[in-house]
Amino acid sequence: MSVLVYTENEEGKFKKAAFEVASYAKEIANMLGTSVTAVTFNATDSAELGTYGVDKVLEVKDDKLTTFTAKAYADAIGQAAKKEGASVVVVSSSADSKFLAPMLAVHLDAGYVSNVVALPESSTPFVVKRTAFTNKAFSLTEISTECKILGLSNNAFGLKESEDAATVESFTPELTDADFAVSVTSVDKATDQVSIADAEVVVSGGRGLKGPENWGMIEDLASVLGAATACSKPVSDMGWRPHGEHVGQTGKPVASNLYIAVGISGAIQHLAGINASKTKVVINNDPEAPFFKAADYGIVGDAFEVVPQLIEKLKEFKANNA
Amino acid sequence: MKILVCISHVPDTTSKINFTEEDTKFDTNGVQFVINPNDEFGLTRAMWFKEKQGASVDVVNVGGPETEPTLRKSLAIGADNAIRVNANPTDGFYVAKQLAKVVQDGGYDLVIAGRESIDYNGGMVPGMLAALIDANFVNTCIGLEIEGETVTAIREIDGGKETSKTSLPLVIGGQKGLVEESDLRIPNMRGIMMARKKPLNVVEPVEASEETKAQKFEKPVPKGEVTLIPADDVGKLVDLLHNEAKAI
Repeated sequence: MSVLVYTENEEGKFKKAAFEVASYAKEIANMLGTSVTAVTFNATDSAELGTYGVDKVLEVKDDKLTTFTAKAYADAIGQAAKKEGASVVVVSSSADSKFLAPMLAVHLDAGYVSNVVALPESSTPFVVKRTAFTNKAFSLTEISTECKILGLSNNAFGLKESEDAATVESFTPELTDADFAVSVTSVDKATDQVSIADAEVVVSGGRGLKGPENWGMIEDLASVLGAATACSKPVSDMGWRPHGEHVGQTGKPVASNLYIAVGISGAIQHLAGINASKTKVVINNDPEAPFFKAADYGIVGDAFEVVPQLIEKLKEFKANNA
Repeated sequence: MKILVCISHVPDTTSKINFTEEDTKFDTNGVQFVINPNDEFGLTRAMWFKEKQGASVDVVNVGGPETEPTLRKSLAIGADNAIRVNANPTDGFYVAKQLAKVVQDGGYDLVIAGRESIDYNGGMVPGMLAALIDANFVNTCIGLEIEGETVTAIREIDGGKETSKTSLPLVIGGQKGLVEESDLRIPNMRGIMMARKKPLNVVEPVEASEETKAQKFEKPVPKGEVTLIPADDVGKLVDLLHNEAKAI
């Protein structure tokens, strides 16, 4: 029995979500009186995971797995889980983890619960809290299978450092051509931007920005905060911004530490998508905008005047707190 | 090409969410149900294949008789046949097992499901279905082209998109981007009249165990009052974000 984690990396370097799932897994392992094993694929420094509570790393080094391939990764993690006799497998809520987890669940005949936001309420029966109805509610969900798969929401648990060191063991999963029947031919990714899924801070713009030509202001604000940029549904529908930035019930859910909404009135579908964010700031010239009811801090004012000032004040703050 | 589109019957996106029976059941009172938006993008893409490349399109839902208006709406949009698996779905794995039987019985080449339903947001049915029937699978699919044996699929990844080549049989978890919002179809009177004559087959479920179960629901704690900051004192916001919210 152990707790297994899939720890994601980008070009060999672990993502923050990898450390978060490791930290979370360590707490579960403590609850169950067992240890944490991580699976890595072509990671540069697997031993680094020890800092976040991982006891053992099964390190896969295989050129065929340089690009994420969901079925191959799911099969490899499944084999690792069987080898370790894992009773719990923890993955993140990234697009890749959500892609592979259902296939892994079939592989292991395991109950899978996504969007988990807290440590299990109890281990017997095994009950976890997850979001449902696009953050309009929580569900306490019982998993009755022997092996359980948990998909941890981003930024739900945070990082917990540990004093321990991880041992690293080479692991060679048995893969077949069928594992690569979906083959990636190209990846189009903005490497200099923070993605919404990883972001601790998200700056989002709405129709109040009046046009795509005014997005430089949102990008500048995001840049000073190290934030991802996002938008409301009408903005992506009008083609001002790509669909991938649309936040809301039919777009992306956001669970950042800070969400700044500029010129977004706050339709119920948008609010559902950002409910899980911890601190919400709204800048809007309409004092009746429903978003103010959901916000922690608000400024009623013209975004074209407020945002440049905010950028300046944040730059000053950064300079004084560097 | 035989296409199956999986349709979830979900509360409209504007619905207020409440629970009954000591917070163990979703309160459907006064709630308008619709085709799951992610499925609607998929259904529209299936119509495109039907009209441009020649395909038959069936729709399926796992649910009780109350979901039939949603299936009829799918027929009015242009699907050829509807199938309802007569069961009360409680768990994604259970639904995937029911759908696997429908796909195997119907010999479908392409199954289009939404990446997740907007009610329980499990996001597991398409991937589990693909694994159960040993089909190829692409999740968060925002582009799909099929030329003979070759499938080109585009999926959304964190911070961008990725293009893959694969083959049929294929299951996709689709979403916005698969077609444009403006391409979504509203059933017209002719479609609604024709839908009444189209077959809606009810099949009984296969036996499958429940692996996860929602024991209880909770609503988020109501938020306190917003702290309003004068527009000419933006520095105060920076101060509050740092000292009070600890967000920067």
